[in-house]
Amino acid sequence: MQLRINGTRHEVDVEEDMPLLWVLRDELGLTGTKFGCGIAQCGACTVHLDGVAVRSCQTWAIDAEGAEITTIEGLGTPDLRHAVQEAWLAEQVAQCGYCQSGQIMQAASLLAENPHPTDQEIDDAMSGNLCRCGTYPRIRAAVRRAAAAMQEG
Amino acid sequence: MGRMNTIARRTFLIGSVAVVGGVAFGVYTVRKPHENPLTAGAGEAVLTPYVKITSDGIILITPRADSGQGVYHVQAALIAEELDVDLDQIKADPGPPSPAYWNTALAAEAAEFLVPAAGMMQDMAESAVNSVMKVMGLQITGGSTTVPDQFEKLRLAGASARETIKALVAEREGVALADLTTASGNVILPDGQKIPYTDLAGAEVVQDVPLRDPSQWRYIGRPMQRIDMLAKSTGTQEYGIDASVDGMVHATVLINPAQGGGMRGYDASEALAMRGVKAVVPITGGLGIVADNTWRAFRAAQAINVTWEDPSFPLEQAEHWAALEAAFTSEAQDSQKRNDGDVETTLGDGEILTAEYRAPYLAHAPLEPINAIVRVDGDRAEVWTGTQIPRFIQANVSRITGIPADKVTVHVLMMGGSFGHRLEDEVVKQATEIAMQMKGTPVKLTLSREEDMLHDFPRQIAMARMRGKVANGQVEALDLGIAMPSVMASQLSRQNHSAPGPDSQIVAGAWDQPFAIPHQRVTGYRAQQLAPISSWRSVGASSNGFFYNAALDELIEAAGADPLDERLRLCSDPLARQALEAVAEMSDWSGIGGLANGSKTGRGVALTKSFGVHCAQVIEVTDSDAGIRIDNVWVAAEVGRVVDPVNFENLVQGGVIYALGHAMNSEITYAGGVAEQSNFDLNPGMRLHQCPNIFVRGLENGDRVLGIGEPPVPPAAPALAGAIWAVTGMRLREMPFNKSVSFV
Repeated sequence: MQLRINGTRHEVDVEEDMPLLWVLRDELGLTGTKFGCGIAQCGACTVHLDGVAVRSCQTWAIDAEGAEITTIEGLGTPDLRHAVQEAWLAEQVAQCGYCQSGQIMQAASLLAENPHPTDQEIDDAMSGNLCRCGTYPRIRAAVRRAAAAMQEG
Repeated sequence: MGRMNTIARRTFLIGSVAVVGGVAFGVYTVRKPHENPLTAGAGEAVLTPYVKITSDGIILITPRADSGQGVYHVQAALIAEELDVDLDQIKADPGPPSPAYWNTALAAEAAEFLVPAAGMMQDMAESAVNSVMKVMGLQITGGSTTVPDQFEKLRLAGASARETIKALVAEREGVALADLTTASGNVILPDGQKIPYTDLAGAEVVQDVPLRDPSQWRYIGRPMQRIDMLAKSTGTQEYGIDASVDGMVHATVLINPAQGGGMRGYDASEALAMRGVKAVVPITGGLGIVADNTWRAFRAAQAINVTWEDPSFPLEQAEHWAALEAAFTSEAQDSQKRNDGDVETTLGDGEILTAEYRAPYLAHAPLEPINAIVRVDGDRAEVWTGTQIPRFIQANVSRITGIPADKVTVHVLMMGGSFGHRLEDEVVKQATEIAMQMKGTPVKLTLSREEDMLHDFPRQIAMARMRGKVANGQVEALDLGIAMPSVMASQLSRQNHSAPGPDSQIVAGAWDQPFAIPHQRVTGYRAQQLAPISSWRSVGASSNGFFYNAALDELIEAAGADPLDERLRLCSDPLARQALEAVAEMSDWSGIGGLANGSKTGRGVALTKSFGVHCAQVIEVTDSDAGIRIDNVWVAAEVGRVVDPVNFENLVQGGVIYALGHAMNSEITYAGGVAEQSNFDLNPGMRLHQCPNIFVRGLENGDRVLGIGEPPVPPAAPALAGAIWAVTGMRLREMPFNKSVSFV
């Protein structure tokens, strides 16, 4: 099976129903995408398929074939950060940080689709992503900051 | 180098803690200094057990583990304050497990309970507890103790390191010591030439360096960029679950869902035929499933048929509550550290108020499922895991494998949360048992969320009974009895230690509260051990802060007083008073609102002293058509010194959210001996759309520097219950509150 991840083509030999999450983590060593619950309740495994946030623990590998898959590693790097990552850094969102890859991917998807979300829209889009440390106030602030920054260009 | 090691081994950090002679537990052993765990290799200068400077850089050896609370960062700031390095010049390394890193602050907290009176007796008890902890070598992260324990030690280490480097440069360059300055990891000569610290080695330690006056501080008290923030914003932070060792296999476990029960038999033939499955091996309480991919291991585990045995605790939840109800007896009395006035006589006649409160088992459920990599070779073992107890792990792996502890290497990795969960090391024991059956192969064990939550070692279940009386519009008497199993006994039993004496956690957050009710008694009752339990963020105070404040609220209502005014009137500690006054001012308190003045919006207030911190909260809720909505929380916490205001605010907000989420909707209940909640669908905690505004103020009126990881938790639930009462008139006496009301 061929998967296109962060702009690079990967040939993988996995079952069709292996969740994309485990292809990324265990087959390809892309561990920035996290395992949290395995049932789409926490959002830690969020990646983009053609720019849209999906839960990779519930996405079969075969269903990702042909799509452009973006993981946190492909969104930006420590040296070349996406606006959402920049906002996360500026607001100092993370505590343990384990959920933040998924939070950032969710936020990036939201802002790509809706560059000017209202507070209610931010809440609606981000409430599927659990943060057990409770960084929600900073997540809200960082999404607003990223939206403003992206507007300025 | 030999001379330096000798001096380092004198360990001024350890030696500076006085140990009173003549107490039990083997004073000779206690007085004998532990070996310095950091041996200096060629080209390295080991200045103290805490700072290691090599040609590669400046390494902070931090004996405290980071579960997200920012202790790597805070410790880096403390050491940088004296060492004159920039925060991004410091690498944090948890260091090898060593008895030299014992946790003094944790011992002091225990001693305060054992002998509350000041003076020589307390010194004696504190030293005795210190001695026990030192012998046990408790390299533990817990009890919000990192900052209190390290606030001086790390600055002393930084100061000593700085002066050592300066002395070396002064001698080598023939310059007067007084003419040297230091900045950004360099010694600066009078002519402006900079010599990096990392160019220097082989120095003789300069001891007893005075610390800088706070007016000179550059880091402490100011907003800083946390050192792990970049990695955690870009997916590049490696957690235990991301670690990889050459040649490793991926494993999971299938453990009796009734925790602690055995396995009668199993059929793994179907699983063994599945793709990628390498082995299914019996381990304590169940099976290890080894594959070439974690998901294949998970899937194979689901294909195994096992016959389980029952656990040793009662099978049904009602029996657990019955065991607590049965514990309110003089035989089960564990402590009565508070008995002011004459409770018996005062409550002997007149109108007596009574109420009963309950707090459920709760899973810790950090978002990173627990995991560990273990490799067992012929004569040595190696462990990679995120843990708060590396010393216990070293001992347990040694016991299971028969390999001497000094041949067991433990690598402490970053934790994706803990909340106390990683004070348990079951996963390491399991990985070790699997690794013993495939020697030489590193076994990476990852638990599914379900395996993790079913075997969480949850927070204690607890009950309280209150009797009280009011007179002349004031609270007159409070008699509070609290029953729970001993969390310390349960936790320490798994480390082959007993917990002698009363368990302070049974009454923590209740017995020592700063309210001078004229007749006041707090009694702890030790229920029989039930399901295995463990320390959950704020431990005993997590349930008792609710019990105490909820009981107080009911008495204040009966007295016809305002819950904040009456707390202020009763307040017996100026630090607590300042915390209450702060939240009154921040929230512009003018009464509870709600039904009292025909509003849908109402307020509650609570204060709990836990881990030495007085934490006051006012919570405001609205009774909306969609359910109770938590709008605002105002928090004031007295910590003596806020090291980093940004991290402080984040931790306080997180503590409040953790507490409110569980108070709203979370519990672990047992049916057939099995936890009925095994994933976040049934045990969600708070989600973002439910999150209130949380306004935080750190107070610095006290002279003790205290940690903030746990103290925001206990007062949140009772303040919420008070606010819900204000808008509904319902007294919520059992958590989670969604048993009685619905939330947005």
